[in-house]
Amino acid sequence: MKLESMLLMRHELVLTVVVLILLIADIFVSEKNKKSVSYIAVGLFAIHTIIGFLPEKQGQLFGGMFVTNSLVYGFKNILNVGVLLILMSAVSWLNKKSLKYGKIGEFYALIFSSLLGMFFMISSRNFLMLYISLELSVLPVTALAAYDIYNRKSSEAGIKLILSSALSSGIFLFGISLLYASGGSLYYSELAGHIGHSYLSIAGLIMFFAGLAFKISLVPFHFWTADVYEGAPTPVSNYLSVISKASAVFILMITLFITLRELIDIWIPMLYGISILTMFIGNFFALRQQNMKRFLAFSSVAQAGFILMGMLSADNLAVSTVIYFMAIYIFSNIGAFGVVQVISLVSGKENIDDYNGLYRTNPMLSLTLMIALFSLAGIPPIAGFFGKFFLYTAAASKGYYVLVFIAVVNVTISLYYYLLVVRAAFLRKSDNPIPYFKSDFLTRAALIIVVIALFFLGLYSPFYEYIHSVTNIINI
Amino acid sequence: MDILTLFVVVPVITVFVLMFSKGIKQHRVVALIGFIIQTLMSFNLIYQYLHERAAGNKAIMVFTKDVMWFAPMNIHYSIGVDGISVLMILLTSIIVLTGIFISWKVDDLPKEFFISLIVLASGVFGFFISVDLFTMFVFYEIAVIPMFLLIGIWGSGPREYAAMKLTLMLMGASALLLVGILGVYFNSNADGGALTFNIFEISKVHIPVFAQKLFFPFLFVGFAVIGALFPFHTWSPDGHASAPTAVSMLHAGVLMKLGGYGIFRVAMYVMPEGAKYWANFFMVLAVIGVFYGALAAIKQKDLKYINAYSSVSHLGLVLLALLMMNEVAWKGAMLQSLSHGFITALFFAMIGIIYGRTHTRIVTKMSGLLNVIPVAGAIYVIAGMANLGLPGFSGFVAEMNIFVGAFQHTDLFHRVITILAVSSIVVTAVYILRVVGMMLMGATTPEFKNLPKITWYEKTGTFILILFIVLIGIFPFWWGGIISDSVVPFIKNLL
Repeated sequence: MKLESMLLMRHELVLTVVVLILLIADIFVSEKNKKSVSYIAVGLFAIHTIIGFLPEKQGQLFGGMFVTNSLVYGFKNILNVGVLLILMSAVSWLNKKSLKYGKIGEFYALIFSSLLGMFFMISSRNFLMLYISLELSVLPVTALAAYDIYNRKSSEAGIKLILSSALSSGIFLFGISLLYASGGSLYYSELAGHIGHSYLSIAGLIMFFAGLAFKISLVPFHFWTADVYEGAPTPVSNYLSVISKASAVFILMITLFITLRELIDIWIPMLYGISILTMFIGNFFALRQQNMKRFLAFSSVAQAGFILMGMLSADNLAVSTVIYFMAIYIFSNIGAFGVVQVISLVSGKENIDDYNGLYRTNPMLSLTLMIALFSLAGIPPIAGFFGKFFLYTAAASKGYYVLVFIAVVNVTISLYYYLLVVRAAFLRKSDNPIPYFKSDFLTRAALIIVVIALFFLGLYSPFYEYIHSVTNIINI
Repeated sequence: MDILTLFVVVPVITVFVLMFSKGIKQHRVVALIGFIIQTLMSFNLIYQYLHERAAGNKAIMVFTKDVMWFAPMNIHYSIGVDGISVLMILLTSIIVLTGIFISWKVDDLPKEFFISLIVLASGVFGFFISVDLFTMFVFYEIAVIPMFLLIGIWGSGPREYAAMKLTLMLMGASALLLVGILGVYFNSNADGGALTFNIFEISKVHIPVFAQKLFFPFLFVGFAVIGALFPFHTWSPDGHASAPTAVSMLHAGVLMKLGGYGIFRVAMYVMPEGAKYWANFFMVLAVIGVFYGALAAIKQKDLKYINAYSSVSHLGLVLLALLMMNEVAWKGAMLQSLSHGFITALFFAMIGIIYGRTHTRIVTKMSGLLNVIPVAGAIYVIAGMANLGLPGFSGFVAEMNIFVGAFQHTDLFHRVITILAVSSIVVTAVYILRVVGMMLMGATTPEFKNLPKITWYEKTGTFILILFIVLIGIFPFWWGGIISDSVVPFIKNLL
């Protein structure tokens, strides 16, 4: 192996360097200037994001365990941009909290290590490597969920997250071992040729799927979602709801489409049923939520159902539409969580009723919230509509019209609760609304980027066309 | 930039200018200028259209333009107009213009009010110029969502309930529409071509009859909900009653026309077999709507509810005429859409004007208003007469065409349906004359002795509408000619 070929791991290497610099910088920065660690971290990460966009080289490493191609590069770049936006809106929150605890570097180091795990996860083409990188991506997040140590709910969220991820990892690993037992290989492509319809392999598929379903928070594995999202610090909930979910969806897609394609007659009905369940249960629970973070948690459960629907066509169209939808979903959710976060930081209020009359005091923030929520609901001309429409197209292309119908009925249900928030912010008046405030520069910049992206990603078709052109199911 | 895309671009520019304007005076002026430009553009469009036809352009759609949008799905931004869409665009721009006059005095968040109104209008314009199902669907939803804010923020009565009900029902309808559109899309390669969303390419394809029977109800009901088809009309009275005046005008005058237009342009055109299969079933629903709407209007006390149920009844006639499937009836359906647009907008404007003075919309609480506000009273009577189909006004021309078309069917079923529909005219006369008699005639209610006179901006708005009602009534052949040229290719496809 030549040294240059290590450059295929460009994202991972640069990110590792960033983590190391950050840890050293954290030691040398004096207590007085602790805040500057935040800016160093965000700056370094921005450089890392830009490096990610440099021209790519395709290939594989470690005997095929690690693969990169245009789709993988593109997906990593999307995740990078998402994390950058989350960090930008997290800085002010972190600076405020750190005054109490005096620790800042850890937050970034942990989030970056988790992202590093996801990068390996996306690139891995071997189940063992997949498992290790999955652990790397999950463990730091559990620490982050408990980051707000003096808040009981935060610690509770941390415990809940680590218990449920430990359980799901166990099931996941068990599933892998059963698949290995039935196929005799850990490589995706090798295993694909040896998997048959034995009970062993079907049991392996179900265990494997269940393990991933925890990460994507599909029904009935979604129970941790609301509690953890509510208790964890908002930037961490944001990270869990978009980045963590997106990468789990990605690996679910490639493992099902490549390795387990032989069992397609088993997992298609499975996805079909779970998709319906997830949409309905996510939506019905979201209807009655008062806390914005719990509300967004259930909304993100429901969104996962739509993603599964798109996967059903199991071809190029499925991959490209699901990735397109994920990219848009990342921006929409970051927008929604971003607004919730700044409001909760300034006023400590997180309930929908507290948003009454928000438009009259903070018009820009309310507009951002409305655009993000409409994108989640799928209202044109905002990008979410295009994402959802293409998912329907993918499902309908294989004749799943009934499912598409159920999904659009669910969109109407979901529109109701998104409109409840819009109603509070725009229609209602309040005696003590959240007063006017100006959020810090980085947060505003992040929200402005989100809003621009939400219009741009939908109306500007070359973005989807690019994803479509690099999608190739044969060597995904 | 072509002449049609400007209809979507000018509203967007107006919205941007509005965002940066300061103070209520500037908002009003910017909104007004933006819409005067739109109105001039729509007159110019009619002129250009007639010019093009006179020059011998026989294409179904003129001023067509086609830009690839999402290549992998073969989605195009594809636009074009025929006589019907040209007239609908004229209707829209006139009603928004008069709506801006009528809402001159909006003082709570005026900027947002005008922006929502303009976004709604741009959605409607976009809908009328699209010939690609995807583009059309996008514009449809853009037109629906601002209603939530318009009713919810500036409405009256149970406005939150009405706004939510209206939005959810219309979005639910768009859910049906979406399934129908996807069903058509994935059958558009039945003759071996590529999948396409273009209406005219699909109409050349022989979609399997089974698929037509399956997906026609989705498209039909999806559009008919916004056209207030009988069991799905319930959003409309509540929505109209709670909406502010300009929004009621725009909603009843324009937005509800998207239903009939969509059925004509899309549902029946791409799936003729499905249309024939389902016609009788939906005809029964439509005639129930015609009759039920008229009867319900008699029982109402609130002026807006009366007018809302009247709209249900009159738009039922549009659906009925479309299902009759012959040239005269279709011409009548399109004329009725136009005529009802102007008349109902005038009605809602008058209700707004009267409510602004008496602060009540309950008919029984008012009496003898003609003595106090004679001009307003007279205009209300004109609106009423036009609505019940008095010759010389547009309503007569439209209903005449519809019934003549309907009577061309000689079998018993169609006869019964037609006679029922015709007899609804009598009921219409009852509820109109009842209101005129109770509210305008008689001795004046003491507390309404001193009502302010009708203002210049109210007069301008209503006179423009009356002008068009009378123009259609007096020159029916000019309007009918433009429409029937464009109806012919569509009816030929069906027969």
